Amino acid sequence: MTDLRAAVAAGALGSEESYRALLQSIVEVARAIFGARASSVFLHDEAADELVFEAVAGEGAEELIGRRFPSSTGVAGWVLVTRQPLVIEELLEDPRFAREAAESTGFVPKGLMAVPLLHDERALGVLEVLDRPQQAAFSLQEMELLGLFANEAAIALDLLQRAREARAVLEDEGGEGAALARLAAKLAELEPERREAVDRLLEAVETLLEPPALDDSL
Amino acid sequence: MANEPAPAPPDEHDEDDDPGLPAWSLPADAAGRIAIGVEWPERVTRDWAFGGSTGKGVRVCILDSGVEAHHPAVGGLEGAIAVVKDEEGELEFVEDTEGDLCGHGTACAGIVHSLAPEASLFSVRVLGAGFKGSGSVLLGGLRWAVDQGFDVINMSLSTTKRHFADLLHELADSAYFQRTVLVASAHNMPVESYPWRFSSVISVGSHEETDPLTFFYNPNPPVEFFARGMSVEVAWLGGSTIRSSGNSFATPHVAGICALVMAKHPELTPFQLKSVLYLTANNVGGGGA
Repeated sequence: MTDLRAAVAAGALGSEESYRALLQSIVEVARAIFGARASSVFLHDEAADELVFEAVAGEGAEELIGRRFPSSTGVAGWVLVTRQPLVIEELLEDPRFAREAAESTGFVPKGLMAVPLLHDERALGVLEVLDRPQQAAFSLQEMELLGLFANEAAIALDLLQRAREARAVLEDEGGEGAALARLAAKLAELEPERREAVDRLLEAVETLLEPPALDDSL
Repeated sequence: MANEPAPAPPDEHDEDDDPGLPAWSLPADAAGRIAIGVEWPERVTRDWAFGGSTGKGVRVCILDSGVEAHHPAVGGLEGAIAVVKDEEGELEFVEDTEGDLCGHGTACAGIVHSLAPEASLFSVRVLGAGFKGSGSVLLGGLRWAVDQGFDVINMSLSTTKRHFADLLHELADSAYFQRTVLVASAHNMPVESYPWRFSSVISVGSHEETDPLTFFYNPNPPVEFFARGMSVEVAWLGGSTIRSSGNSFATPHVAGICALVMAKHPELTPFQLKSVLYLTANNVGGGGA
């Protein structure tokens, strides 16, 4: 009973923040491991068919969250649609890319790595790592590392989406579901003795809510 | 009346007189009829396979983000169409006036052109109509390209939707049987995606060497060949050049090599072409000559 309460509460309310934090941690680790200037995760918003900045580490972190782009143009769009990673090591002279990049990141990167976030059959978004130091040419080993991060980010993004969907379902149910989930969350945090007392109260409420038993003596 | 000669058999019986090529089985007396019109040397060399070839006469389709036709590295296009959706969501195939929406298609076209400068390039853009429904746009674009009978279709694209896998499989097989070679980028992550996993296509991953003609056969499929895909200087938007990496750049290297072989040996089927690639791969003995 307690486990169930905790599960409902975690699934519906607290988890969204945790998954966002997990995603944030993934882009921060990706940025640190590659020694890059910035790293970000874009979520594909299915309803609007757009890519949205969901987590950003490094340059531009503050102002970019929530910013939106077309889902099938530019480098991130190509990666999402084709489900293929794309690494640009050196933008020798591409004015259009420079402008697009400046608009989308706040600075003009010299290079970027973009990889699709795939979970089961779905492409959930794109992970980008901007301006890794270019001491050496990009290697297959780095490509593999990028794939590992993408896998992690895809799982986090999937969990985040599920938590949001769960919350949306609860909110759609006229607020009662959300109120119950909030109660469950508070209950899970209570001291054992107080929790027992509330449990007894809830059992009484449950009895009250039972449909009246049929009197079979008639 | 009874002595009159029997009427000529209808057209469909003509093949009784001219047995043609056996299709579903090989009768004992038919072995001579499937003589292959290719003289195989004792050892298939690169010189035999594509020495002196420029890709002339071969039509290569770039199924991608569009191609910047006037980029100096591309050298012009035979034509360009875009697959778009109309208001009812039906696919339309319209002349593409927007060029390249990413840069990637131009990069692929430039790589093919650098290897096979006289091959004719055609762009089919399957990008830009939104992500939603991009599976059906990809499928529609590929079907259109297969129907046109291009010699080579370069596709650095894949889908993870199993729903599309069966349809893609049929299309890949149709292409294979009508002598259209599909060259597709393999995934470099442990992901089930299509069509590169089908055996009727030529799937390509990257190696780390810098020679554009160096390619390897992979004895451990599903990825069948490895070609140059790391730190490649490629054509990009606005007539520019960038340095870029990914299996999606290894793919047009193999597509270009296919164009060279097909220009010199237009009679080859996709199976034979794949065999030539195998025999001329650097790790099989074709690297030298």
